Amino acid sequence: MAPAWEHGDALTSRNRRARRITLADMWSDELVRARLHVVTGKGGTGKTTVAAALAVALATGGRKTLLVEVEGRQGIAHVFDVPPLPYEERRIAVAPGGGEVRALAVDAEEALLEYFALFYNLGFAGRTLRRMGAIEFATTLAPGLRDVLLTGKVKEATMRARDGIHSYDAVVLDAPPTGRVVKFLDVTRAMADLAKVGPIHSQSKGVVRLLHSADTAVHVVTLLEDLPVAETLETVAELDRADLRPGAVLINRARPSRLPERWATTGTDPAGSTNGQVDADRVRAGLLAAGLDLDSAVVNGLVTETVEHAMRVHAERQARARLADAGMPLIELPDLTDIGGDGVDLGGIYELSDVLREQGVR
Amino acid sequence: MSPETSAPPSFDIDELLTNRTTRVVVCCGAGGVGKTTTAAALALRAAEQGRSVVVLTIDPARRLAQSMGLRELTNHPRRVTPTKEIDLAGGAMHAMMLDMRRTFDEMVQAHASPQRAAQIMANPFYQAISSSFSGTQEYMAMEKLGQLVSVDQWDLIVVDTPPSRSALDFLDAPQRLSSFLDGRMIRLLSAPARAGSWGVRRLVGASFGLFSRAISTILGGQMLADASAFVQAFDTMFGGFRERATATYELLRAPGTAFVVVATPEADAVREAVYFVDRLATESMPLAGLVLNRTHPVLANLPAARAETVAETLQRSGNAPLAAAVLRLHADRVALAGRERRLLARFRRAHPAVAVVTVPALAVDVHDLPALRQIGCLLANRNTPPGIDSLSQIQD
Repeated sequence: MAPAWEHGDALTSRNRRARRITLADMWSDELVRARLHVVTGKGGTGKTTVAAALAVALATGGRKTLLVEVEGRQGIAHVFDVPPLPYEERRIAVAPGGGEVRALAVDAEEALLEYFALFYNLGFAGRTLRRMGAIEFATTLAPGLRDVLLTGKVKEATMRARDGIHSYDAVVLDAPPTGRVVKFLDVTRAMADLAKVGPIHSQSKGVVRLLHSADTAVHVVTLLEDLPVAETLETVAELDRADLRPGAVLINRARPSRLPERWATTGTDPAGSTNGQVDADRVRAGLLAAGLDLDSAVVNGLVTETVEHAMRVHAERQARARLADAGMPLIELPDLTDIGGDGVDLGGIYELSDVLREQGVR
Repeated sequence: MSPETSAPPSFDIDELLTNRTTRVVVCCGAGGVGKTTTAAALALRAAEQGRSVVVLTIDPARRLAQSMGLRELTNHPRRVTPTKEIDLAGGAMHAMMLDMRRTFDEMVQAHASPQRAAQIMANPFYQAISSSFSGTQEYMAMEKLGQLVSVDQWDLIVVDTPPSRSALDFLDAPQRLSSFLDGRMIRLLSAPARAGSWGVRRLVGASFGLFSRAISTILGGQMLADASAFVQAFDTMFGGFRERATATYELLRAPGTAFVVVATPEADAVREAVYFVDRLATESMPLAGLVLNRTHPVLANLPAARAETVAETLQRSGNAPLAAAVLRLHADRVALAGRERRLLARFRRAHPAVAVVTVPALAVDVHDLPALRQIGCLLANRNTPPGIDSLSQIQD
C-alpha cells in the first residue's frame, strides 16, 4: 500500500482503494438493520449533501429509499437541481443497479391540514384557515406539535407496507441541525404540549416507539474543525441521554494530507511544535536538493503554505482522535473541491455515495 | 493572484471604524461564517483606534467568550481589560453575551406593573415563548441593541446576530413574534363568538368554530387557557412593546448604522450573502461591505501545472519526497484559491458596487485577544503586529 501522503487527488480510485482497505466495515450490522437513518450536523457541515448521498448509497442494487426534509428550505431540490419539491413523494434519482430514490419535503402546516381533513372533516376550510394564519398560529402555539407532525409523517413513510412488504427499504431524514435535533426527536417531551387523547396523540406514541428502536439510527455529519467536532461530541452525549441511538459520524470534506508523517511532526520551532509545525529549513533544503530553479520569494511562499498545511493536518488529526474516542464508527467523505464553484453537484452525490458504499454502507 | 488584489472596490474597515458618525455596526450572515469572531475583532480594533465600544455577542464559542473575560451569559456589558502590548489609546472595549430570557423578563418588568409582570412571568406559555420561540432570540437582540443605544454610554456598538438558518431571519423574526403576540388569533380561539369581529366571522364562517374545536382537541384546553391568560395580561403592555420593536427597526435604517455582511467562500454562504445584500437595499438599510472570511490565497507564484509536473518527476525519481509533497500541496492550494475566486466573482457580478475585504484563514482557531487583534489587522488589510503571542489573557 502506498504511504498515506502519496495519495493524490481525493477523487482518484487509488485513493478510494486505499481507503477501502483501512476503513471498510465501519457500517455495523446494527446500522445495516436500521430502516430510518436520521442525519444531523452543525450548520455548514453539508448534512443535506451527505443525507442525499446516503439515500443513493442505500438504494444501490435495486432498492428503494425515501429522502425526507423537514425544515422547509428545499435543500434536496437544490442538491438534485430540480424545481422545489411539493408535499408528496416523488422520484428524484436512480441509483446504480436499478435502485430508486424518492424525495419528500414535509411541511408541518400541510401535515396539520391533512389531519384536519382526515379526522375533523375540515379539508374544505384549510385554505381559508391558512390565509388567516391560523395554521401557523397553531403550530407556533405548541412547538411540540410541529415536531410531532413532522416526525409523524416520517414514521408513516418508514412503516408503510403493503402485503407485509415495506414501501421503502430505508428512509433517510435530513433532520434539523445538531443544536435542535435531540429536542426534535424527543417526541415524548413534545407530547406534553398536546392533549392526552386524540389521533395525533395516539400516532405520536408509535413515533416514540420507532425513534427509540433499533430501526432508527442518528448519524452526525461533521468537519474536522474545532466547533463542529465539539458539537458532534455534545450531540452524541445528548442522544445517549435521550435514549436515542447514535449511528455513525460522517466526516465530510476530508482533505488528504500531503506530507510524510515524520516531516510533519518534527517541528524544531519551540512555539510551533505543539501545532504540528514543519521544519521550515528542512522544507527549504528539500526544495533546493531537488534541484528546482525557484526564486527565493517562491520558495518562501511554498514554505509558508507547507507550514499552514502541516498545522491544519495536525489539527485535523487531533479532531479525528477526539471523534475516535467517542467510540462511534467514523466514515470519511472527500472534499470535492474540483467540482466547479457551486458546492457539490449531482455527479458529486454519486461520487460520495460510492465512497459510502466502499466503507461498508449497505 | 489572491482575490483581494483584483478587488475593486475594497472595503476600508478602518475608515468605517474611526469615522465618528458610525454608531452601530451590525454583523450578519449565514450560520458558521464567523460573525461573532468578526464582531469581536471589529470591536477590539475600534477600541484600539480610541473609540469607546461595546460588542453584543450572541451565543459565542466558549473560548472566544473567555478571551473577552466572559464566563457566562451577562446581560450587561463588562469591561475587557487588555494587558501590555494592546494599546487602547484612550479607547475602551466592553463585551456582553445576550441572555434572551433575562432580556425578555426585564422588558416585561419595564412595561408592566410589578403585579402584572409577576403574573406574566409565571405563565407557562410565557416561559415557553421567552426561552424557545424561534424568533425570540432575534427579537431580544434587537431589544438589547435599542437599550444599548438609548443608554448612550458608548460611541460605537458592534452587534453580532443570532445563528439563524438564514441571515434574513434577523430582520423578519421580530415581526413574526410581534404579530403572534398581538393576540388576534388567541382571542378568536379562546372566545370566537365574542372577540371575532363580524367581518372575520363572515369570512371564515362555521369552519372557524370547527377549527377552534379541533385545535382544542389537539392541544388540550389547558394550553389554550394559558395562552389566552398570557395574551390578556400582555395586552396592556403590548403597545409599548411593539412601539419599541418598531423604533429599533428604524434605528437600523438611521444614518450612523452600518451593516457588515459576513460570508465564507462556500456556495451556500455566498448565496445567503447575495440575498442579504438585496434585502438591505430593499429596506434602505446601509451596507458598509462584505467580509469574506477564511480564504486561502496562493502564497507562491508558481503555476499549478508546473508544480504538478515537477512533483511527478520528483516522485518517479524517488529522491525528493518532501519537495514533491510541497509541490502537490501547492497545486491543491492553487485549485482551492481558484474556486474561492470564482465564488467571489459570482458575488461581484450580483453586486458590483459592494466593497469587499477578504480575510485569509488562520491556521489555528481564534480564541484569544491577540488572535482577535490579528483578525482585526487582516480585516483592515494591515500587516499583523509583531509579537502577538506575547500577550497574556485578559480578565474582567
